[in-house]
Amino acid sequence: MYAQMVKSEASQDDPEKLAGFQARIDAGEKIEPKDWMPEGYRKTLIRQIGQHAHSEIVGQLPEGNWITRAPTLERKAILLAKVQDEAGHGLYLYCAAETLGVSRDELTEMLLDGRMKYSSIFNYPTLTWADMGAVGWLVDGAAIMNQVPLQRTSYGPYSRAMIRICKEESFHQRQGYHIMMKMAQGTPAQKKMAQDALNRFWYPSLMMFGPSDKDSVHSAQSMKWKIKMNTNDELRQKFVDQTVPQAEFLGLTVPDDTLRWNEEKSGYDFAEPDWSEFFDVIQGNGPCNTERLAARNKAWDDGAWVREGLMAHAAKKRAAKLAAE
Amino acid sequence: MTDQTALFEYLLRLGDNTLVLGHRVSEWCGHAPVLEEDIALANTALDLIGQTQMWLGLAGEVENAGRSADDLAMHRDVWDFRNLLLVEQPNGDFGQTLMRQCLFDAFHVELLTDLTNASDDRIAAIAAKALKEVTYHLDRSSETVIGLGDGTDESHRRMQAALDLLWPYVGEMFTPDAVDDAMRAAGIAPDLNDLRARFDTRIDAILTEATLAKPESAYAQSGGKTGFRHSEHLGHMLTQMQWLQRAYPGATW
Repeated sequence: MYAQMVKSEASQDDPEKLAGFQARIDAGEKIEPKDWMPEGYRKTLIRQIGQHAHSEIVGQLPEGNWITRAPTLERKAILLAKVQDEAGHGLYLYCAAETLGVSRDELTEMLLDGRMKYSSIFNYPTLTWADMGAVGWLVDGAAIMNQVPLQRTSYGPYSRAMIRICKEESFHQRQGYHIMMKMAQGTPAQKKMAQDALNRFWYPSLMMFGPSDKDSVHSAQSMKWKIKMNTNDELRQKFVDQTVPQAEFLGLTVPDDTLRWNEEKSGYDFAEPDWSEFFDVIQGNGPCNTERLAARNKAWDDGAWVREGLMAHAAKKRAAKLAAE
Repeated sequence: MTDQTALFEYLLRLGDNTLVLGHRVSEWCGHAPVLEEDIALANTALDLIGQTQMWLGLAGEVENAGRSADDLAMHRDVWDFRNLLLVEQPNGDFGQTLMRQCLFDAFHVELLTDLTNASDDRIAAIAAKALKEVTYHLDRSSETVIGLGDGTDESHRRMQAALDLLWPYVGEMFTPDAVDDAMRAAGIAPDLNDLRARFDTRIDAILTEATLAKPESAYAQSGGKTGFRHSEHLGHMLTQMQWLQRAYPGATW
């Protein structure tokens, strides 16, 4: 899940209008940019889509970390294509957010100065090639759990962006799993890397869904508006149930001694991640928070002259065209 | 030099150029000045790595010693690389990266155009596929060089500095040696003097529109495509690119 703990905004709008809006959502209609919408709906969506977009952009960094060290030409090409897809996802999502009346530059500034967040998962380091497998398998796997239902979300541009994104994400997940298979069936060193990657990414992946939200007012409002489709716990359970057999197939051990199949609920019982670690990470104290934000800030600052130069050239061209007319 | 040896060397040149430049461009991933540029740079790198797979794959076939494209990419040392010095130069700032790209693209488009008529069908087929991609690379790199050259004072200054820095690496592209001559005699490689004339026409037009001054010195650094004397930069790049294959020999990935 690339958007975590998104706070919903209360709406102060006319109750009659609110009721009409809710009726449209309940009837499964899509809300489009020019339609009336409650201010809270708009603001919550900006926060959620913006956080998702930022996650795609920051998410380029841990995988970009291995592009120059990919072990074969094919792996390098696949990883490049994947990171390029992520930048593309960021672009669709920023465009979707722009339909709500916020510019990409404004959102970028809020990311860079820390006012907006990105997913906690991207604050963990990628240390071996097996991490490229684990990120695809677990991180993209967890993202898909959240994004597949969001294809049905009430906001039209977001829903359409999700449909495009999901197609690519499932491909990424298969690629990640394929790397894990190669590693798990490889030399003892490769197998060790695969297990180590699972050990480090298991709990951070579970954290991607956010803490239990059964009592959260924000979640209830977002679910009513269909901008959140399932509870965090439902999605986490589904993720664990899907992933454990995949780990078994790989011959890897999920780092959880309490993991048991529970016949009664037809799902696994599993250990909760350490939520104090999660809160540390989202407050900026994860292993890579400082580096990730520094890298994004550097890219933005170093690129200022490029953006200014290209804008100045475009303005000159426009002026010349006008003069010629 | 037998024709087969010359052909192998020539294919290494083609494949090493795309490998080394593709690698350099991929170093930008996630760090570009604007999202669209991140996507475009990744796309360029991806095309170049794809072309590498084809050129080095064919080189391995021609050599007939059981080496795959990956073996050639990951298990040769600096002196066995046959890329131009231009493409191994570090990225520098975004302007330097795009200037390097534009200079190479203008050469690459003309080279591939001629190679589509090569007497060897395999080479002609790869060139035809690559030419479609590289035509787009040149459109994009030349537009960016023009935009930044003719942008603000700062962007102009940086682009002129990039051009001055990289210009000494242009001449190597057009300096023929025994491999080029053998390939030309075999009906594969073009006449490099003719290629230079077409390159100059293109580059002069781009630089004029970009308001940049072409350096007067025609001095050309050399030693990349022959492998005689690469720059210090290539070895550092290889330590990163080849590290996994070298550290875990025999593993499949």
